[in-house]
Amino acid sequence: MSKAIKTIYMIIIMMFLYLPIVTLMVFSFNESKSMFAWTGLSLRWYKEMFHDTQMLSAIWNTFSIAISAAAIATIIGTMACVGIIAMSKRSQTVIMGFNNIPLLNADIVTGISLMLSFIAFGFYLNWGTVLLAHITFCIPYVILSVMPKLKQLGPGNYEAALDLGATPAYAFRKVVIPEIKPGIISGFLLAFTMSVDDFVVTHFTRGAGINTISTLIYSQVKVGIRPTLFALSTVIFLVVLVILVLVNFASGKDAEEEEFFYEVAQG
Amino acid sequence: MYRKLLSMPFIFWIFVGTVIPLAMIAYYGFTDRLGNFTINNIIAIFQPVHAQALGLSLGLALISTAVCFLLAFPLAMILKGSSWGRKGFIVFIFILPMWMNFLLRTMAWQVILEKGGIFNTMLQTMHLPSLNIINTPAAIVLGMVYDFLPFMVLPIYNALMKIDDNIIEAAYDLGATKGRVLKDILLPLSVPGIASGITMVFVPSLTTFVISNILGGGKIYLIGNIIEQEFTTSANWNLGSGLSLIMMVFIVISMAALARLDKSGEGNFI
Repeated sequence: MSKAIKTIYMIIIMMFLYLPIVTLMVFSFNESKSMFAWTGLSLRWYKEMFHDTQMLSAIWNTFSIAISAAAIATIIGTMACVGIIAMSKRSQTVIMGFNNIPLLNADIVTGISLMLSFIAFGFYLNWGTVLLAHITFCIPYVILSVMPKLKQLGPGNYEAALDLGATPAYAFRKVVIPEIKPGIISGFLLAFTMSVDDFVVTHFTRGAGINTISTLIYSQVKVGIRPTLFALSTVIFLVVLVILVLVNFASGKDAEEEEFFYEVAQG
Repeated sequence: MYRKLLSMPFIFWIFVGTVIPLAMIAYYGFTDRLGNFTINNIIAIFQPVHAQALGLSLGLALISTAVCFLLAFPLAMILKGSSWGRKGFIVFIFILPMWMNFLLRTMAWQVILEKGGIFNTMLQTMHLPSLNIINTPAAIVLGMVYDFLPFMVLPIYNALMKIDDNIIEAAYDLGATKGRVLKDILLPLSVPGIASGITMVFVPSLTTFVISNILGGGKIYLIGNIIEQEFTTSANWNLGSGLSLIMMVFIVISMAALARLDKSGEGNFI
């Protein structure tokens, strides 16, 4: 393949990936409510964003759930990795197999199975059930991020610390944790991203009372989406873009962020 | 011994959050509203509406998986040989779109593909006939390819990057043609990545109800749409569960195929 063809191919794929995003951003500045006609430049929807109480509560729900779910999943997942690594090869394989189920399973199956269980066990569908559901699908991402780091470290350093008189807790805190920290951080960020981005599982476990950004958008798809949501998404997109660029820039040659992008990619 | 106990919360969570819920689907799938055993929810798949939806879902999922593969493999090859920068940057440009809400991104295609939309205006200025694919299965395939393409590109790219360049060079030194290198080295060695990519595109395409809802104009029913409706508007959870069990057969088949082709989890996540 000649270089020109390769470049053209790349450009076409990039256009394919980014055209919808540019379209949304452009229409967030459209004066009219219509998605199909351009009537003039306006910041109307950006202003309206701050007065829309329904939307503010959706933003709050989305991020409060994502942070809590990611934090709890990170703790449970990291503890699990430490425990799993001490087990026999056989039990490790079995447990990791179970860990893969929520990861490879269809969202709709995860969603309805949790909904049925919540109702069967008498839970009232609300913020809490969404949080529990999100923790469930976040844990596997944490385990997949932390496990390789722990395997890489091996038991040697930890045992050496014990031989030198450290208590298990002290050795864990001073020897193991610093080594696996990159895995823990990328696991947390990955879990956070998955939670913010989720629609399907939330759709089934949220009950009638609460909305996240995704479910709010879905409820408006049929009746016509208010461009305030475009404005909000544009803001979130740009904030994330700036943070990622800054983090990547600041860490320079640090491979950690690259791994993070990569792991997010694989999710 | 004490350390193993640290994994107890996780094992508990797997049991309560994954095993029991899946058992609940099986329970609902095999019972009627009164809780009596029945296989009616399972054989309901043979009703024309359901069978058609499943057939269409399988067809569209296979097409979108094939299209993703055909687009992604050359792309991953180009990326492997390119000077586009570090691995992090390449991954970055494929991930970045995901930070825009997935429902909105899918919906943007409505605006683009619509009769007087951007795409057709572009065709018009080039004096080409307009293309009306919105609200057709073609639009749904386009949405699937768009949403899931990164899941195909990245595992394949990952697998290709792991191939030792010396092997490729040795093949050329020994007189292999480009086609031969592709067929005997690049393709076989990237099988774990390809298998992983195929699963990660096929399963969400087969089970989606969002893309078909948004780009199919609400008139095209995939199996995901039928199941979603049974759980929301029709509130027949037993039927919804029965159909989910049928759908899960295909998910399990593709997971098993992945496990065989990618034994060491190479093409997998990290």
